[in-house]
Amino acid sequence: MSTKIKINSQIFQDSNNIYYPKDETEVSDLIRELYKQDSPTEIIGNNSKSFIGNKTQSANTTSLSKISGIIDYRPEELYIKVKACTPINEIEQVLSENNQELAFEPIDFGYIKEGKSNKGTIAGYLSCNYAGSRRFKVGSVRDHVLGFKGVNGKGDIIKSGGTVVKNVTGYDLSKLIAGSFGTLVALTEITLKVLPKKDSSKTVIIYPSNFEQIYDFFNKLSSSSSEISGAVFIPEQSKDKDFVTKKNSVFKFNDLKSNVSFIAFRVEGDKISIEEKINNLKKELELNNSDISTLDFYQSEPFWKKVNNLEVFEKTEHNLIRMVIPPANGSKLCKYLENNHNYFVDWCGSLFWIEVNSKKEEKIKDLKKMAKDFGGYLTVIKTSSEYDYGEAIFTVDKVRLIISEKVKQSFDPKRILNPGKMYRGV
Amino acid sequence: MSEIALPKIDSSILNRKSEIVKKLSKLTNIENVLSEADELRPYETDALSVYTQTPLAVVLPENTEEVSEILKFCYSENIKVVPRGAGTGLSGGALPLQDAILLGLGKFNKILEIDYENKCVVTQPGVTNLGITHAVQHKGFYYAPDPSSQLACSIGGNVAENSGGVHSLKYGTTTNNILGVQMVMMDGTICRFGGKSFDQEGYDLMGLICGSEGLLGVVTEVTVKILRTPEVVRAALIGFPSIKEGGDAASEIISSGIVPAGMEIMDKALIEATDNFSKAGYPRDAELLLIVELDGTESEVNELIKKVEAICKKNNCSSLKLSNSEKERLSFWAGRKAAFPACGAMAPDYYCMDGSIPRGKLAEALLEIKKLSEKYELPVANCFHAGDGNLHPLIMFDGNDKEQLRKTEEFGSEILKTCVRLGGVITGEHGVGIEKRELMCEMFNDNDIQQQLSIKKSLDEKNLLNPGKVYPILRKCAEEGRVHVHKNKDKFPDLPRF
Repeated sequence: MSTKIKINSQIFQDSNNIYYPKDETEVSDLIRELYKQDSPTEIIGNNSKSFIGNKTQSANTTSLSKISGIIDYRPEELYIKVKACTPINEIEQVLSENNQELAFEPIDFGYIKEGKSNKGTIAGYLSCNYAGSRRFKVGSVRDHVLGFKGVNGKGDIIKSGGTVVKNVTGYDLSKLIAGSFGTLVALTEITLKVLPKKDSSKTVIIYPSNFEQIYDFFNKLSSSSSEISGAVFIPEQSKDKDFVTKKNSVFKFNDLKSNVSFIAFRVEGDKISIEEKINNLKKELELNNSDISTLDFYQSEPFWKKVNNLEVFEKTEHNLIRMVIPPANGSKLCKYLENNHNYFVDWCGSLFWIEVNSKKEEKIKDLKKMAKDFGGYLTVIKTSSEYDYGEAIFTVDKVRLIISEKVKQSFDPKRILNPGKMYRGV
Repeated sequence: MSEIALPKIDSSILNRKSEIVKKLSKLTNIENVLSEADELRPYETDALSVYTQTPLAVVLPENTEEVSEILKFCYSENIKVVPRGAGTGLSGGALPLQDAILLGLGKFNKILEIDYENKCVVTQPGVTNLGITHAVQHKGFYYAPDPSSQLACSIGGNVAENSGGVHSLKYGTTTNNILGVQMVMMDGTICRFGGKSFDQEGYDLMGLICGSEGLLGVVTEVTVKILRTPEVVRAALIGFPSIKEGGDAASEIISSGIVPAGMEIMDKALIEATDNFSKAGYPRDAELLLIVELDGTESEVNELIKKVEAICKKNNCSSLKLSNSEKERLSFWAGRKAAFPACGAMAPDYYCMDGSIPRGKLAEALLEIKKLSEKYELPVANCFHAGDGNLHPLIMFDGNDKEQLRKTEEFGSEILKTCVRLGGVITGEHGVGIEKRELMCEMFNDNDIQQQLSIKKSLDEKNLLNPGKVYPILRKCAEEGRVHVHKNKDKFPDLPRF
């Protein structure tokens, strides 16, 4: 049965018009047909992150979930080529067998959505471009994509990049696809750069006394030649009892005083150099042993998982904001947040995860203005059930919106793929 | 080199030269507009100097608003524009067109802000790559990408080409090291992508611009990330008795989980050439030389050196020398950095190729190039960024000998096709420009190229910005590998192209 017939057949469609193409050709046939019919479609993978972004208004849903499996993994070449909807768990497991990893540290959005792990697929990650705690050192998802294949809004199969790290042949479309929320192509194949896992890690906890001190520490940490690979600030927020209880239970470790605000920074490498780096950093930050506590490998690993699972905001029913600003403005933002919202800071002072009570949508507007004034941006990652979309989920200025519309037009002239997922007109 | 097809000349523009020059002189300081033959001569070519063309006029604006006004004027009058940074590009990306304005960014030569707290530098595009490092090194910082032309090449050009360098294995290329750009579109619109924070939201337009070879916009400001200078940097010079053993050692270093700051390979021809030229003290008996640089804290570097030593010994290295001082480390690099001039001293001309291959295919590629060198009877010297599989064979020839010229081109083309066959790409860091335009079809099919062209069309619908670069003409490249046009006697000289 041709895809054309299938599309018009109730046997192929379920009642909600969900299509499950099995391979690249079927994706291409399907989109070509939808293009002819002017019938837009939502694009989903395993549905782990589809709650992020605006709701698409389309008659159809295309699930790429069947396009899954590892195509070619070359540990010695430091790359893995996979079908687009290969689950992150499957990729991480295969890499782990060769002592390698996805260095950008995927965030597990399953916890905020349903209270349990659901990492979803690599296509979902690339489409969102949200990297975890190691980002400020190793780059984001976009920095680890070597190439892709996919289907544009006309149904044409296109590719860009390759399997090598040095490549300036034509426009770097991999970057454009990263963070495009499925509005440019339906991904079918992705090649990623992988890196060796570090032998070990340790996490040092500092208990700062004020906001100026937090950012003084962050600045010294990011200026040091003893490289760190993660630095977060978890505030006490004693006014909100529920948050305090949650925080204390999430960060319950033998060597961590969780009932006060703390900074945690991670050092990775071989065991000798970890000790050397920690000693250097203690000197640079003027820390005494009595001021700090250290999480060994067996505490350090789960600690950073909990950070990257956003577990303090597990099953949040409020709006969850992701704000990125230049770190120099961080202490000002911390001061504002202390009395207003629950939050924590990642990326050595740059990334803020902020929970905004559902009844205070106007607060999002204030935060968005602050983000802009500070030279950054914010995204409403999860909306509360009462969110009325009066305030846009993404931040975009007029000129960038016009250019984005033009780029969208060049991939998807009839706006077949995820229309409106990011902005109106894209 | 053979004549290469360029966009059809719009004679109405040539006829209006004086009027256009007059108008341009109103949009910027009159001294910033060059139109006399002797003034235009320095701008006739970039570092792919076998191709020369005289531009209609050269404009050297002084600020973003002037760039915007000039582009707006050119857009409304349908005048083509070729942007140019420092003119050090190796693929002809800044080759002028006779009926186009050459827009030089040379006057954008100021660093605007050094922001240590946010670990970034805001700079105008005409500042040199090394100039950025010089501005921050007294505080222990540096800008990581280091193309070999870093003394002269501009950061704006680096953005256009997504330049790399010997340290890109560990620290990435330009795209991984910039945070934001200000850019002017062909219609004069001024826009800003990114800023001082990570990962702009929405379409990664900065990522699209980086490496777009001046086809989508003119970059007028760049915000780059600066990094802390590592505590310890040491290099090892390792000689191998055969290409295979050295190539295998290089891939084993990577697959063992070590990420060196830099890893370079030179073959015997180049060892001799550079050692004669720079007296670097390289092992002349070696068939292949590996330079491995490691950085980090002291114990980290010592640990890595032990591992590298063990791998090289296992692969039968014939010599191994470690740098014991900064001076010695720099002397190890002196030869490698002199590779191009050393070849220049050996033959009247050399042709530098640039392709990427999977690291594991290094030995195979080198042996293949050796065979081709015998077939074409032209000497070749090879240097590789071994860590990331980026190879630079240097073909030596005499440009006055037409037959040698032809053979050199064919040889180069075959090397790049070999790269694609081995799973690599036709340009690792020099860009496509006009040099490899016709080889694009080796890598991309019609759909792929159409998609890229429609992006170009969406952002520059009149195709006025740097036309004739990157994308092939006439769709016959697949059969011929390269389009040769002699005295404009091509079958379809009038066909438009991007």
